[in-house]
Amino acid sequence: MSADTQQQQKPGVSRRSFFRGALGAAGGMAAVTTALKPLLEFDTSEYTLEGFLQRHYKEMTPEELDAALARIAEAVEKRYEVRPELRDVKPMDGVEFGYALNLSRCIGCRKCVHACVAENNQSRSPEIQYIRVLEMPRGSIDMEKGDHAYDRPTVPDADHFYMPVQCHQCANPPCVKVCPVEATWSEDDGIVVIDYDWCIGCRYCEAACPYWARRFNFAEPQIPKEDINPDMSYLSNRPRQKGVMEKCHFCLHRTREGKLPACLEVCPVGARKFGNLLDPKSEVSQILRTKHVFVLKEEVGTLPRFFYYFDDDYHGERK
Amino acid sequence: MRDYGRFLWRCARISFVGDWRYHTWMLTLSVIALLGLNAYAKQLVDGLATTGMTDQVSWGLYIANFTFLVGMAAAAVMLVIPVYVYGKHEMHELVVFAELLAVAAIVMCLLFVTVDLGRPDRFLHLFQRFNFPISMLTWDVVVLNGYLLLNMHICGYLIYCAYKKRKPGKWFYYPFVIVAIGWAISIHTVTAFLYVGLGGRPFWNSAIIVPKFLASAFAAGPAFIMLTLQLIRYFTDHKVPQGAIRLLQNIVTVALTIDLFLLGSELFTEFYADSHHISSLVYLWFGKDGYHALVPWIWTSVAMSVTALLIFYLPTKRSMFFVNIACVLLIVGIWIEKGMGLVIPAFVPSPLGEIVEYVPTLNETLVCFGIWAFGLMIYTIFVRITIPVLSGQLTHDRIYHTEVATDSATHPPTEGSLS
Repeated sequence: MSADTQQQQKPGVSRRSFFRGALGAAGGMAAVTTALKPLLEFDTSEYTLEGFLQRHYKEMTPEELDAALARIAEAVEKRYEVRPELRDVKPMDGVEFGYALNLSRCIGCRKCVHACVAENNQSRSPEIQYIRVLEMPRGSIDMEKGDHAYDRPTVPDADHFYMPVQCHQCANPPCVKVCPVEATWSEDDGIVVIDYDWCIGCRYCEAACPYWARRFNFAEPQIPKEDINPDMSYLSNRPRQKGVMEKCHFCLHRTREGKLPACLEVCPVGARKFGNLLDPKSEVSQILRTKHVFVLKEEVGTLPRFFYYFDDDYHGERK
Repeated sequence: MRDYGRFLWRCARISFVGDWRYHTWMLTLSVIALLGLNAYAKQLVDGLATTGMTDQVSWGLYIANFTFLVGMAAAAVMLVIPVYVYGKHEMHELVVFAELLAVAAIVMCLLFVTVDLGRPDRFLHLFQRFNFPISMLTWDVVVLNGYLLLNMHICGYLIYCAYKKRKPGKWFYYPFVIVAIGWAISIHTVTAFLYVGLGGRPFWNSAIIVPKFLASAFAAGPAFIMLTLQLIRYFTDHKVPQGAIRLLQNIVTVALTIDLFLLGSELFTEFYADSHHISSLVYLWFGKDGYHALVPWIWTSVAMSVTALLIFYLPTKRSMFFVNIACVLLIVGIWIEKGMGLVIPAFVPSPLGEIVEYVPTLNETLVCFGIWAFGLMIYTIFVRITIPVLSGQLTHDRIYHTEVATDSATHPPTEGSLS
């Protein structure tokens, strides 16, 4: 003890304390390495330097965007063995999209939900769906009374009506406001989009959304190769990565090219209407003028572009 | 500059020196921190699916702990104000311990936010497109990092001056202390704004949450500092005047009273009006549609806070034994209230009225424990370094040996010194 003491009092490092220190350092390093061992299984195939350095969608030059599209297309092809037709589709001039949903017609068949999943390359496992259909008792539009998990051999049920909910593409979107890195924004045609390559995955937008429209990739999305929809665009349905947010974008890769959203096309009862709010002759504009439309949670001031209505001759009986 | 390097080197070395209790404590914390690191590595590989969070309850234990710790960091100001505003100079040296606690707490906060990110590799995006001043999260990034720098500067400067046996230059730290007072309030205010600004979550969308955040923080934080100071007094020869502890006790009493008063006001307003907005409150306090995972937590939390309050008002307030029990009770009570009582219920039911309960997984719990262990570890090291420096045992011209048995030859013998 006393010898040790004297050694220690000398300035500098004694042999004994050096060995002790070295042993401690080696042990510490070994422990840290062991703790980090799970990282060996980390799939780095889609983490490239170019991807890391890629700039925000709005900041990319056309050349950079082309390069990014080519790189993403290659990654998709490598993983899913499908050559995607990946492109960037810009908003059309003089267009502001709106959606109107006829609650008298909807029969709750959830065909829209599945068409959306197929069109937009949503993860099948874990399951991600943009549209949620609520089975509501007649006489109320209180969503807390709605059943999300209704499972009937046949729909519709005479005592209920059905209310599909998806992103409302708000004109005053709380999700856009809260995003710390501007990874989500409102486009000129009113569609709220996400740059999946910019999102940091903080999920603040998901907490802010009053319509529960956003979905987070808690795990690596899984899509069977044969189910991939190769018709894709940068801001809409290209496959997403683990750890980023996604949501309905009014099928912008279709609608900006004059087609209709997948959920509308599949609807067997014609409950869904879509079009340009700025065009007075569009069906949506006519509905807004002639029907008693309403929006969900008007009091939160989000100004949705997604409207609901009942037929005027709707007296609680389905025809 | 070389001097400063040597100072850091000596600080690093001394943090490995201590008696068996110190080594056991640090080893235990290291093991827990490594378990947390291991759990986080798994989370990085498999994604946030390793947590109990879902699209319905999209924030959980990580954000809850983050919120609580912002309060702890802000609470340092409750020692700064008495000393620098009201001139209680006998407590001057203790301020450093509170500021160091703030540093450790902010480090933990930043870690908790980081582990909550889905894509932590993209954090640099914050520097490229920073949605300031629109997003409250960017405000939080600014105030938290600013507060961290302020406190690191103040503590680092004062400790280095003591090490150099130099009188601290007032202008080098005093203005920063004053700024830090306002800044401390701001970190917790901004963190509250994070929640109350969301119109789509009626449970959060209430102005009273902001003052309630501050009140609960100024109860839990000083209570934690009270316990820390007593531990320092017990394990080291550093002087901690009893008056300082009693002053903190008064602060805690007042803050806890205000906190519970605000809670009562909130509950009355919501339940008496009985509007549709109370779904989350009903779920939290009584359960809803057969779901009641949070009910035992919130009642435990309130029972703990009320018991602590009673101890502070009854004659038991004179016994340190009871006061310490009260401190532990209210710290745990407020921790529960921030997590199970504030963050999680806002997600249940979901905005579409769906009830999905949140149950943390073992993996995310380990990550939380790991961060806490890491935070306690760095705080222990801070204190371990600070005490010999402040008492003049470790200075630029004197090497400090704790393991030296002949310590008494160079220093007056003291009871329960670190050695």
